[in-house]
Amino acid sequence: MSTMNRRRFLRTGGALLAASSLPFSLVKIAFGKAASEDFTFAYVSDSHITQIKGKEFVRNWDRGLIRAVAETNLLDPRPDFIFYGGDIAQLGKPEEIDHGLEILAGLRGDVHYVMGEHDYYLDLGEHWRKRLGPDHYSFDHKGVHFVVLNSILTYDDWTYNKWDTPMRRMKEMARLDNPQGSPFMVGDKQREWLRQDLAAVSKDTPIVVMSHSPLQKIYKGWNFWTEDAEQVQALLKPFAKVTVLYGHVHQIQYNQIGNISFNSAMATAWPWPYPASFTQESSHMPKLTVAMNRADPFFDRDATGWQFINLQTGDVDVHYALPDNRDRIVAFNEEKGEPVDTYYQPESARIPPQRHF
Amino acid sequence: MMTSLGTCRTIALCILITAAGIRAVNGAPLGLPPVPIPADNPQSQAKIALGDRLFHEARFSSDGKVSCSTCHAEDKGFTDHRRVSRGHDGLLGTRNAPTVINSAYMQTLFWDGREPDLEGQSRQPPVNPVEGGLPNLEALLEIIRNDPSYVKAFREVYGVEAPDITIDQYADAIASFERTIIAGDSPFDRYEYGGDKSAMSEAAIRGLEVFRGQGRCVSCHVIEQTQALFTDNRFHNIGVGFKNIQGREEEIAGEFVKAKNAGADVDKTVLSDPDASELGRFAVSEDINTVGAFKTATLRNIELTAPYMHDGSQKTLEDMVNFYNNGGRVNADDPFSPFLSGGIRPLNLSEQQKSDLVEFLKALTSPGIARQVTSTRIVTQ
Repeated sequence: MSTMNRRRFLRTGGALLAASSLPFSLVKIAFGKAASEDFTFAYVSDSHITQIKGKEFVRNWDRGLIRAVAETNLLDPRPDFIFYGGDIAQLGKPEEIDHGLEILAGLRGDVHYVMGEHDYYLDLGEHWRKRLGPDHYSFDHKGVHFVVLNSILTYDDWTYNKWDTPMRRMKEMARLDNPQGSPFMVGDKQREWLRQDLAAVSKDTPIVVMSHSPLQKIYKGWNFWTEDAEQVQALLKPFAKVTVLYGHVHQIQYNQIGNISFNSAMATAWPWPYPASFTQESSHMPKLTVAMNRADPFFDRDATGWQFINLQTGDVDVHYALPDNRDRIVAFNEEKGEPVDTYYQPESARIPPQRHF
Repeated sequence: MMTSLGTCRTIALCILITAAGIRAVNGAPLGLPPVPIPADNPQSQAKIALGDRLFHEARFSSDGKVSCSTCHAEDKGFTDHRRVSRGHDGLLGTRNAPTVINSAYMQTLFWDGREPDLEGQSRQPPVNPVEGGLPNLEALLEIIRNDPSYVKAFREVYGVEAPDITIDQYADAIASFERTIIAGDSPFDRYEYGGDKSAMSEAAIRGLEVFRGQGRCVSCHVIEQTQALFTDNRFHNIGVGFKNIQGREEEIAGEFVKAKNAGADVDKTVLSDPDASELGRFAVSEDINTVGAFKTATLRNIELTAPYMHDGSQKTLEDMVNFYNNGGRVNADDPFSPFLSGGIRPLNLSEQQKSDLVEFLKALTSPGIARQVTSTRIVTQ
């Protein structure tokens, strides 16, 4: 993609303000070696389609996905494909998955799907796989190796022996701060598959891993967490350039661990607050028992969104399209060697968090 | 009010003076903040009078019949009571004329906010092909420079001679005039800010509750502690007009951006191409979050400014309330716009609530403005 096209893409992609203040050095070719062609793809995630009864679904979540689909279809130039980051459904019901896929069918272009825990824990992914195929797979595109993992599995004992009904299991896994919960994991079997899959890939090939949960440990109480994250990271370590893109957290996160860049996706359904602690030390923050403080409760879409992604010689720039908000761009900064929010407010300009007790 | 006509240059100018004389708070009528005056365009009586004359100058059009006041007529609440405005030789635009009243407070001008201030706004209509139709602004300046009475007025206001008269001076004068067209002091203002609890009818008081509560109106049509502009100065897709481009958004947006990049003028394109017009704020921002989003209009004097919405598609206040009650749809079984703003949803208002809401909207009429308006009958085209 030429620089001109890239600029156009930024403008049309909903980032006029951000684009005008964006240091373009961040988005120009970041690598001397053009191992891969530049391209773009869109990334929609966490729609949590919720059935009320029969053909009645929660309007708010429907509208979020409908809007993301409509906006994604306006991207110009067209993204090469679209990723869906998981949690089509809220309680894993076939009706919810089918209704979500009906809306997603409006997307123009090929869609690759990631399994979320809300798609899984009712029937252990049976309906999802019937509609969408395998839950872990890989493919190559313009010199980039894409890997999709099902990262929301957990201990077999929890999955198979603990609950009297599938719906009980689903609801337990859906809860935050649940002492009965269980941490997500990729698992031995899938890690072995990953090891074999990566064995055939040259070490200078850019790798993009798509998972639902973060393949890093952020906050266990809300499963912003993957139990075997370090083991997955170890498999990715030999590669020159790796990016992990994940859903689940309904908020903007970015991080760099060694050679691996991490970027999260916004949800089309609702936002989560940032968890109280990023450490495993005990937190004295009260449990989340009240509705979160919303910037603008009137606008259902506030603090939700979707994203489109520039991939330039293997580096990822994530553009967050945020209805009723200023768009944000988290771009890989070559100088710092990590993803950086291109618009980061000084402390003095920030609104202090409010507390509810 | 009527007796002071003789001493005022226009009726509109009188409103400010009268209101300020009676109920001035910081020089503004009850319910309104002080009028923001840009430092580089201070008000003066001579400049206001010049702007008034320019505002009413029909020679700034190719058929000599269209002035600002054609579509922003005092006796029609500074609108034209047409669905969409009519320019020279009967040509139709794509958008409903918004009122000039209280436009001094707006943070952007035009339905899509393509101009940041009044000084920028008045340069576009005279040269728009479906409004004034002049070939360029130089033609407008020639008319001014060749009219001795204008030359005299510009000399008095700006200290310039004919060859040095500029379009900036023209625009500044019109903006100065428009900043005098201010109207508050409505029954709502007297009720809310004036301590007169009998200023609004019982129905209107109930309607205000709906406005602030179940109707969710106040989220965009803002009422504050000491003033109410009834706008958030933001852009929202509320579902108006989307059916006209439904399913073609991608093609229309793509074509528009292509044309814009090739140099097409936004003002000319959106007023002459009905499809492009429906892109709303996107035409300015190229931000796909803003497809079909239009600026929140003020509600002051709304009873006098029918029809409503950017395309004039809602004929009456009752129609408009029904449209919102249906969640941004004319009929309850119409489809929703996929780009619908998150704030718009079905409201489940009762017939009583809807009629109360209409009564409240009628309580937003400023008495001075009401006396000028001769009829709110919508002109059919």
